[in-house]
Amino acid sequence: MSTAPLLEVWGIGKRFGGLQAVRDLSFEMARGEVLGLIGPNGAGKTTVFNLLSGFLTPDAGDVRFDGRSLAGLKPHAICRLGLARTFQIVRPFPHLSVLDNVRVGALAREPRMGEARDRARAVIERVGLGAKAEHPAAGLTLAERKRLELARALATEPTLLLLDEVMAGLNPTEIEAIVALARSINASGVSILLIEHNMRAVMTLSHRIVVLSFGEKIVEGAPAAVANDPRVVEAYLGEEYVHAPAR
Amino acid sequence: MAVGLTLIFGVMRVVNFAHGDMMVWGMYLAWLLSTRAGVDPYLGFVACAAVLFVFGVGIQRVLVDRIVDAPHEMQILLMLGVALVLENTALVAFGPDPQRVRSPLRAATIWLGPVFVDVARLVTFALAMALTLALYLFLTRTDLGHTMRAAADNAYGARVIGADVRRVYAVAFGIGAACVGAAGALVSPIVPFQPAGGLGLSVASFNIVIIGGMGSLPGAFLGGLIVSVAESLGAVFLSPSMKELVSFTLLIVILLFRPAGLFGRPAP
Amino acid sequence: MKWVVAAAVALLLALPAWLNSYAVTVFIFIFFYAFLGQAWNIVGGYAGQLSAGHAAFVGVGAYTSALLSARLGLTPWLGMLVGGALSAVLGTVVGYLGFRFGLRGFYFVLLTVAFAEVCRIVALNTDAVGGALGYYITFTGDPRQFQFQDNRAYYYVALGLMLVATAIVAAIERRRFGAYLIAIREDEQACEALGVNTFRYKMLAMVVSSFLTGVGGTFYAFYLFSLQPSSVFGIPLSVEIVIRPIVGGAGTVLGPILGSFILSPLAEASRIYFGQGGWSGAHLIAYGLLLIAVVLFLPQGAYPALRRLWLRSAR
Repeated sequence: MSTAPLLEVWGIGKRFGGLQAVRDLSFEMARGEVLGLIGPNGAGKTTVFNLLSGFLTPDAGDVRFDGRSLAGLKPHAICRLGLARTFQIVRPFPHLSVLDNVRVGALAREPRMGEARDRARAVIERVGLGAKAEHPAAGLTLAERKRLELARALATEPTLLLLDEVMAGLNPTEIEAIVALARSINASGVSILLIEHNMRAVMTLSHRIVVLSFGEKIVEGAPAAVANDPRVVEAYLGEEYVHAPAR
Repeated sequence: MAVGLTLIFGVMRVVNFAHGDMMVWGMYLAWLLSTRAGVDPYLGFVACAAVLFVFGVGIQRVLVDRIVDAPHEMQILLMLGVALVLENTALVAFGPDPQRVRSPLRAATIWLGPVFVDVARLVTFALAMALTLALYLFLTRTDLGHTMRAAADNAYGARVIGADVRRVYAVAFGIGAACVGAAGALVSPIVPFQPAGGLGLSVASFNIVIIGGMGSLPGAFLGGLIVSVAESLGAVFLSPSMKELVSFTLLIVILLFRPAGLFGRPAP
Repeated sequence: MKWVVAAAVALLLALPAWLNSYAVTVFIFIFFYAFLGQAWNIVGGYAGQLSAGHAAFVGVGAYTSALLSARLGLTPWLGMLVGGALSAVLGTVVGYLGFRFGLRGFYFVLLTVAFAEVCRIVALNTDAVGGALGYYITFTGDPRQFQFQDNRAYYYVALGLMLVATAIVAAIERRRFGAYLIAIREDEQACEALGVNTFRYKMLAMVVSSFLTGVGGTFYAFYLFSLQPSSVFGIPLSVEIVIRPIVGGAGTVLGPILGSFILSPLAEASRIYFGQGGWSGAHLIAYGLLLIAVVLFLPQGAYPALRRLWLRSAR
């Protein structure tokens, strides 16, 4: 396996009117890694995701994925290259069944409808939604919708998966399940970049963590180190977050 | 006329495709009043506005209310349906031929500086300005007006603070309809009108509102001026039947480059 | 299901033997508007891009083949392809402008209406195509010139058009193209994140749709023999095109056909009962009411509702 970094972010920045949402952000991801992206609300994390996945264009800097610059590429092209994302507020195709939802993702790699359907079914089983394959997406619970969102992105057979607060709004049991799922996905060779507020989940899943505050990277390192870094605690002060050290 | 449309859109984010046809009904009502009751449209417009207000509230309560949260395609289609019904009921009731309303002011003209001006048009203009100003004051100075603007900005938030959003919507639609009814009545002595003109007027209203900016009152006003001037220039420099071409081209350009219009807020 | 379809087609093929000329005419319009509705269905129903200006493509196709026939003697059988191609060019322009500039929903509707109206005004003012008086085609009854003596010939042509368009839509629905269009209609941004080039597929839908509609324009020209800008480019025609798929079921294969079978007879019936002369009339009131009813109670159209009923009763 190549040791070159999978993702290289060089000094990207994004401004909205008077607000500098992201400022001079640089970091790398190695193949097979799970990188956690944390920071208080408004730190710019989803903006980073939008910049990486092509929904926004950086004002400055560059993003290289698998050695190749993503500058100017549209989201669909970036997805085709192997970088898939989920949305913070899940957006299933409401009138389509779970299976048809995931099939749209599978069609990115397999243009034949029948085969794509089979692949979609496999992914659905893997995320544990097998029983609901024929259900319309609109009728699912939140936890199920999160899995659906995950399954859809997974069906595009990404090398790097961006998970945006996939655990938000879930109860502890559901969170445990998603964490296990993420781990198994990572074990199968998919690198994961996740935004998450649930500290326990982030600490257990991530190999490394990048901390953002007001659009800038303030700390980067192993979970244990980051958890104890005073700068991180300070960034979160004023918000009710409890750091759970890695178990 | 455009002011009414922008109000409806601004408050409820519903695009009223039946706008033009409501205006045509305003015109016909004025005509009825004039021929049957001998009421001059410059006085009768109040009645037209009132009737259309009631109609607007009715439409809103019965139909529009159900689809306020529906996808936009549905709203468009619904109002298109209403437009079709209005237009063709007028057709059945009044016949397809163009009509005009007689007003004693029609024939009078006065000098205004270096220009010959129709008194009728002058009065129409003045009354339209007055009504627009009244509406503006209503929205900015009265409680109901404030509530309306609040609902326009944030319907959910407005509900939270206790505003009866449905009622506000109904009133907004009603006022919008009243505006256009009044507009119809005021314009009836000047231009010939016929049932088939409804959709054309709707499109013209959209033209104005898009150019000026959806949801913005000053925008609608300014848009109206711009479009009229542009069309008149077009009629002079190109040819009378091409003047619509000017406003449509303007519409296309604005849609492409600045769909929010001059003053407007972006569409949902 | 396939049996039902085959039987229905066979029935329609055999029908003219028992019908009088008036009834044949009614069916011709059912088929023809179903064809136009089906063409619209691709971009309006499946892709969800509501176009209220499809009459523009009918007009372009109609005038093109009419002029080519008159000036160059080109048989409309080929002329319809040229007409379709030109309509597709217009469709490309409209689609490109609309999609590249991100116009959605209401704004896109307005764009399509604006283009159709521009076409109408241009045609109205261009004497070369007859201007306000319209363009007339001389009747020769020559089949090689797409003209037929017998009404029944037009019946089969119209039926053929409808079946071809339906086959195309069915093929689209079965393939990735169709799945993508449906997904685009549901949520474009989510599609982008799943590797769907939404711009390309919307454009493709627009091109196919406008091409087919343009081909239909030739039928219009050589069946009615007179082209008036306000009829052939006008909003009323666009309404006729759009309402059938909407009522019957936008985004379904059978929707436009069902819609046409509902609406054309309705139009004829009200035309008879109310006796208003000419083109617009009471039947449009019925259209309007039906449209309102569909939006409020059956937003997906008649066909999906019927299907649900059928499935439920089959249990």
